[in-house]
Amino acid sequence: METILVSLAGGLAQAFEPINLMMIIIGCVVGLFVGAMPGLGSVNGVAILLPITFLVPPTAAIIFLAAVYYGAMYGGAISSITLGIPGASTAVATVFDGRPLAMSGRADKALTAAAIASFIGGTISVILFTLFAPPLAEFALKFGPAEEFALMVLAFATFIGLGGDDIPKTIFSILIGLVLATVGLDIISGKPRLIFFDAPGFLRGINFLVLAIGIYGIGEMLWTLETTGGKVIVHKVKMSWENFVGNVKSVKEYIGTTTLGSTLGYFVGTLPAAGATPASLMSYGLAKTFSKDPDSFGKGNVSGVAAPEAANNAASTGSMLPMITLGIPGSPTTAILLGGMIIWGLRPGPLLFTEKPDFVWGLIGSLYVANFFTVIINLAFIPIFVRVLTLPFTILAPVIFVLCIVGGFAPTQNMHDVWLMLLFGIAGYLLRKLNYPVAPAVLAIVLGPLAERSLRQSLLSSQGDVMIFFERPISAICIALAVGLMLYPIYLIMKKKKKADTADEASS
Amino acid sequence: MKLLGKLLAGAALSVALSVTAIGGMIERAEAAWSPKKPVEFIIMAGTGGGADQIARLLQGLIEKKKLSPRPFIPINKPGGSGAEALRYLKDKAGDDHTVLVTLNSFYTTPIIQKDLGVDISTFTPIGRMALDTFLLWVNTDRKDITSLESYVSAVKSAGNAWKVGGTGSGQEDSILTAMMEKEFGYKVTYIPFPGGGTVAKNLVGNHIDSTVNNPAEQNEFMRAGKSKPLVQFTPERMAAYPDVPTAKELGHDIVYFMQRSVNGPPGMSKEAQDWYINLFKTLFESDEWQKFCKEDGLTCEEWVAGADLAKFHEEQGRRHQELIESVGAAAITGE
Repeated sequence: METILVSLAGGLAQAFEPINLMMIIIGCVVGLFVGAMPGLGSVNGVAILLPITFLVPPTAAIIFLAAVYYGAMYGGAISSITLGIPGASTAVATVFDGRPLAMSGRADKALTAAAIASFIGGTISVILFTLFAPPLAEFALKFGPAEEFALMVLAFATFIGLGGDDIPKTIFSILIGLVLATVGLDIISGKPRLIFFDAPGFLRGINFLVLAIGIYGIGEMLWTLETTGGKVIVHKVKMSWENFVGNVKSVKEYIGTTTLGSTLGYFVGTLPAAGATPASLMSYGLAKTFSKDPDSFGKGNVSGVAAPEAANNAASTGSMLPMITLGIPGSPTTAILLGGMIIWGLRPGPLLFTEKPDFVWGLIGSLYVANFFTVIINLAFIPIFVRVLTLPFTILAPVIFVLCIVGGFAPTQNMHDVWLMLLFGIAGYLLRKLNYPVAPAVLAIVLGPLAERSLRQSLLSSQGDVMIFFERPISAICIALAVGLMLYPIYLIMKKKKKADTADEASS
Repeated sequence: MKLLGKLLAGAALSVALSVTAIGGMIERAEAAWSPKKPVEFIIMAGTGGGADQIARLLQGLIEKKKLSPRPFIPINKPGGSGAEALRYLKDKAGDDHTVLVTLNSFYTTPIIQKDLGVDISTFTPIGRMALDTFLLWVNTDRKDITSLESYVSAVKSAGNAWKVGGTGSGQEDSILTAMMEKEFGYKVTYIPFPGGGTVAKNLVGNHIDSTVNNPAEQNEFMRAGKSKPLVQFTPERMAAYPDVPTAKELGHDIVYFMQRSVNGPPGMSKEAQDWYINLFKTLFESDEWQKFCKEDGLTCEEWVAGADLAKFHEEQGRRHQELIESVGAAAITGE
């Protein structure tokens, strides 16, 4: 314990060195904007900025990139809330409740909640990182394909409550997502599957962000155009110091979900397969399942913003753990960070902690500092971001449209994805008119490929025996939890019914 | 200072050249080709893998050393074991601003996916940056396995249940796994993972029994005492593994390596090809690249470019054709 504190103090001192501190601040600001630009998520941001870092020492370089990564996690929420376009795949769940809040004139509250939840998520996870990095790395090794699949089942279970009351429509939505998730190459044999019209673009599979931007960005824009007739959505935004203090104080409304989401996000982040996107979706699902008022989710519940934001920041820290201790990226962004480390001559692996303590602790120290600066910078920008909503929608709509096109094009630089995104936009609008929940489809397309891969890997290694999921302790626990979670909403319905029955009896 | 002098001289020269060009000698200006817009640096694999790391390192070095007037932009086209990238390059015929970083799927994908219609001999060869090698690894906990012989008997006694982790059907390690199956007359269960790093993690966590990972993917775990190499598949022992025998020494003719080369689309102009050859030669010889090769366990001794690289591709293409015929495409694609 003492050695950890001494090392951490050294790391913090390193983070406060002028060049490193400058890198943190620049990185956070750049990251904030990279994250806020649809399509330009942290993956692209870090990849684009990687070559620039050859100009500074390795520790400063990785601190810069980590700060960009961090800032982008905060930034993703901004366009999700103000424009309804997920700024990054990790911020998709933030749209669910952030957008309705913004439409009802409480964008400032949603943005503040996103920033504070991100801060809490980041802080909890970096503390966990500091205290338990080596044992957690050991734990991550225990996660084989069977455990990963059980975790995916658990993730699906957290979403049972997400679809609202219309169960057939929810199932339909999940199935659509799963079908779309199978497009591309078969994970095991490498053979093409569902390559519609033989278009080579489908070989890559359907990018989840293309679906999310289409459904939420374009679909939402069409919907808003229809409902508002192009008028101003929010006439006046009250931005005063009292208001701000009130927003910050309302943290008690969501502190519970935030803490849960942060811890969950961190653990999911440390597992090499998952990353921040599934973590944020799971956190949202859990927040809704255990909420006292689950019906308000999706209509503008501030906990629905806090939960995914806490989890995605926590997971981004968590995914650095396998990167540093095992040399395996926990997310696409850390894959690029890892490439950077190798280029600077730092070999991530089980020995990095002992052989390059200055580097590792400098990075950890910088995470504390980056977290602090990002929340300050972010809160300072909120009044500006909120003004966006006071523009007439006839001006906003074309801006959103252009941003969506850019967002669809940027990740793969392929027009195929832009057409697909527009198609999803129209489909999303129609589904919404027909009252279908689209969140389950989004979840299915994220988790589908992960679940498929781990299921098939497990069954290959057990020679087709499904008992593998129940014989291994970690996987059995996950499956048991999943079953519990699936039954929980049914239990609630039964309880409600019983209550109603007794009430009936009492009145009669 | 020396660099600055060179730059100044270069600038003076280009001014002089453009003046003469204005004077009517337009063909002179054309001879000194250089990129006129950003160069697309296509990677036929996903982010974070070996090819991706190489492309990003090269891009960084080009930027740092100011070797190109226009930036190189890495673009990942991982679809279809590289099919997407190969198709893209084919459709870019005659373009001088697109180059591709390869893996061995450069050879295997056109053979396995015949309807792709890609003939790699039409591509413009630029330069070979490195050769990557393979070793056979098991977890250090397997005290019973100390040599190739004890490995083979362990696999045989496990029946089909021996689990070999790899990076995907049709990838280099699956070809090598199929070659071993044929040579030793056993059958294994091949389990694909998203990358060499994940394979290494699953080996250390005992979720798989063995793998034929590259040195870079496994070295850190070897140093930490978590995994051990049994055999290397190189013609001679590598300096980094003086105590590990080669398969050849043990009487099994299994030699396999992976090339990392840079190639242009079909019909790239001669001037552009020369410019790229020159550029990548400079990078190949740089201290940074040689250092990276050493640390990553790559072999970067011989610079092979242009027509020599075409000859190398032809040999390798033929060799892969034979390999795929002898083990059967089904053994590699896992059908």
